[in-house]
Amino acid sequence: MTPTILAQTTGSFWLPPRASTASSNVDWVFYFIYYISVFFFLLIVGLALLFVLRYRRRPGARPSEAPHGNLALELTWSGIPIIIVVAIFVLGFRGFMDMTIAPANAMEIKVIAQKWKWVFEYPNGHVDEELHVPVDQSVLLVMTSLDVIHGFYIPAFRVQLDVVPGRYNKTWFQATQPGEYVLYCAQYCGKEHSNMLARVIVHKPGEYETWLRDASDLFKTRSPVEVGQWLVKVRCSSCHSIDGSAGTGPTFKGLFGHEQKLRDGSKVVADENYIRESILEPQAKVVAGYDPVMPTFKGQLDDREIMAVIDYLKSLAK
Amino acid sequence: MASPETTIPADLLPAPSAEGGRNYLNARTGIRSWIITFDHKRIGVMYLVSILVSFLLGGIFAMLVRTELLTPQRTIMDADAYNRMFTLHGAVMIFLFIIPGVPAALGNFVLPIMLGARDVAFPRLNLFSYYLYVIGAVFALFSIAAGGVDTGWTFYTPYSTSAGTHKAVVSIIFGVFILGFSSIFTGLNFIVTIHKLRRPGMTWFKMPLFLWGLYATGIMQVLATPVLGITLLLLIIERVFGVGIFDPALGGDPVLFQHFFWFYSHPAVYIMILPAMGIMSELIPVFSHNRIFGYRFIAYSSVAIAILSFLVWGHHMFVAGQSPLASMIFSFLTFSVAIPSAIKVFNWLATMYRGSIDLKTPMLYALSFFFLFGIGGLTGLFLGALAVNVHVHATYFVVAHFHYTMFGGVLMAFLGALHYWWPKMTGRMYSERWGRIAVGLIFVGFNLTFFPQFIMGAQGMPRRYYNYAPEFTRFHRESSVGAYLTAVGFVIVATYLLYSLFRGRRAPANPWGGATLEWETGSPPPVENFTTPPEVHDPYDYTDLEYDPAIGGYVRKRSMDRSSPHDAATTA
Repeated sequence: MTPTILAQTTGSFWLPPRASTASSNVDWVFYFIYYISVFFFLLIVGLALLFVLRYRRRPGARPSEAPHGNLALELTWSGIPIIIVVAIFVLGFRGFMDMTIAPANAMEIKVIAQKWKWVFEYPNGHVDEELHVPVDQSVLLVMTSLDVIHGFYIPAFRVQLDVVPGRYNKTWFQATQPGEYVLYCAQYCGKEHSNMLARVIVHKPGEYETWLRDASDLFKTRSPVEVGQWLVKVRCSSCHSIDGSAGTGPTFKGLFGHEQKLRDGSKVVADENYIRESILEPQAKVVAGYDPVMPTFKGQLDDREIMAVIDYLKSLAK
Repeated sequence: MASPETTIPADLLPAPSAEGGRNYLNARTGIRSWIITFDHKRIGVMYLVSILVSFLLGGIFAMLVRTELLTPQRTIMDADAYNRMFTLHGAVMIFLFIIPGVPAALGNFVLPIMLGARDVAFPRLNLFSYYLYVIGAVFALFSIAAGGVDTGWTFYTPYSTSAGTHKAVVSIIFGVFILGFSSIFTGLNFIVTIHKLRRPGMTWFKMPLFLWGLYATGIMQVLATPVLGITLLLLIIERVFGVGIFDPALGGDPVLFQHFFWFYSHPAVYIMILPAMGIMSELIPVFSHNRIFGYRFIAYSSVAIAILSFLVWGHHMFVAGQSPLASMIFSFLTFSVAIPSAIKVFNWLATMYRGSIDLKTPMLYALSFFFLFGIGGLTGLFLGALAVNVHVHATYFVVAHFHYTMFGGVLMAFLGALHYWWPKMTGRMYSERWGRIAVGLIFVGFNLTFFPQFIMGAQGMPRRYYNYAPEFTRFHRESSVGAYLTAVGFVIVATYLLYSLFRGRRAPANPWGGATLEWETGSPPPVENFTTPPEVHDPYDYTDLEYDPAIGGYVRKRSMDRSSPHDAATTA
């Protein structure tokens, strides 16, 4: 997988393109600190170099009796940095509060992270592996993880928050530029951590609603097998391959209708009931050679969707 | 770990020093005389060899990581191997090299001599502490054979306790647990030694500032390390017995682990940097031949850093979902740590003013520290500011900042100190010319390695990524080339230092013109450290020291305008 950054507005030498309301806020504080840092760095290193050149040891020369303490000087170079860091603290804190507290009219999207994919649940119940948002609309993200801690990070929006299992972390953003961006997992989560990316699509006014309407009606434009294929891609493909290659879980190729050997040594035929049980109660019958790490999808897939997945698995066994 | 007796064979030891033949290196020979020694100097040397082996190991892991990152996708290893490599690099460098580096190796050697003492307060505890280090290291490194650890050196839960990761996690965590005790015992030993074994006349404010640094470090080691120990035990209990502490699936809280972990690990970075700052307070005045500026401010700032460092751990969790109020308080306290650090830097600068600056190798490392720690410290301002932290958190910006403070700060000071005390420890002088070449290479290589990482991070490149966006390839290549250059620098350092053991010029007692007590005794020192009880001088008064070309070192002259009759006693 080769991620790319599709920039809509150009970034600067230091910072990526700005595509959210928080960007200018963050960038301003960044450059404020940057110029202060450059000034003090040049001051310190400049003086050090100046002293090295000016007071370099020469044969026979004795050092003059330099002063070895000066209270006024000490208080000055303690006091000035205190004023500066307090100013930086205040700026950083103000920006942070703006980035933390979502406006009351924000649209809520649920974010579910798991190894190693992102799933987004829209207000109408539609679930997707891409994050679609309208431009100029504040979006509240209510996030949780099904396994380990992940990190929700969109550099172009200057937004980042850990996604922690067992609790809901909330953040928000308001995109200002239509286009396509990348969501990264920023908290190390194992083997495929660096592939745990998602596309973020910011729609032009009016287009988001159209997209959501088309995307939500899975069965309207698709056959059950196609729906199953889509669901497997969104929900299962990070662990279960469809081409026979090994993954965290067994491959789906040639699975349906064939006998499976389980961890406890018993055997079971992978029929409709076994597939359904494995989706809803994954720890019940774990195939030999695999760890019992699959999360349950109870409540996330309805009966019609489970049937569609089964139809798709049947098609893979032919 | 390399056994100590193989590193400095008895028959290759430096010849007896000018002061009467016998010194700590040749007084007794044979394996037993090393492995069961209570001599702080020999324990220091054994520590030094051990941590340098660890440094080599951590460096090899770093080279493998940088080589893998030459291309955006697979270069030489798969994702699992890469994840183990960066974990091992971090764990080995931090727990086996930087934390024990300055205190346990160099501190052990010079602390009692600087105090005018014969040994540390508890010599047996000191040896025990060394063997705990070795045992801890064996457990930590056994994890490689047991399948490797891929949790990152931070061991965040629930990843580190989840079934998918390797059983080796328990081994490395137990190793770090044991290493913690080694650290606690060393800190305890140093605190008691400084309290009880100072020579008459050496008041607290006549102590070299390096000892203030080690004292503040000791307090942190004793107070903070037990928290790490308990946390790691809880982690093992959860992993082995399935008791829910941190894993939400068992009813635990994963962020609780982060609080516990950083409650130790943030003070730990000051456990690393405070002794390094202490070294700077020795190198700068000696090589400027000028009294330290603002002694008390530097001394108190070490204590201030030690106290404040306990109150800032929450700045590692600005994006973990802690309350904004907590983030606000931690951000504010984080900035407060900047003040004592700034005070130190300005005082070192003032020490150079109107001095007589000698650009010997240790001073070049001290100047590198200025440059690199300056960048490392100032980039901390970006990370402390909440709004900016949200954007650069967990990116290469943090990686670069950390390496500028730890590598550019601690390691540069360590190398400066290693060169500074090398003649004292071994009795031999190294090649000044090669020393300067190596500093230059390491300095250039280091900046080439880590400066591009600031840009990558600010542009949004997350850390611990095996695959990365092709846009970042240029920065990663620069970084890798810089790493190779740095490695060449270290090979040169290792070569000329080892060469000096065999062919180096005999070291005089005081090659640099230092006024602290270790320069009043022979190079290398006798077993009992001093043949005659040393007189306590002002540690930063260089007016009596004059260079004697005949012996290639400094000698203390009788000073007419000084009142104390003891000052007439010359040693070298």
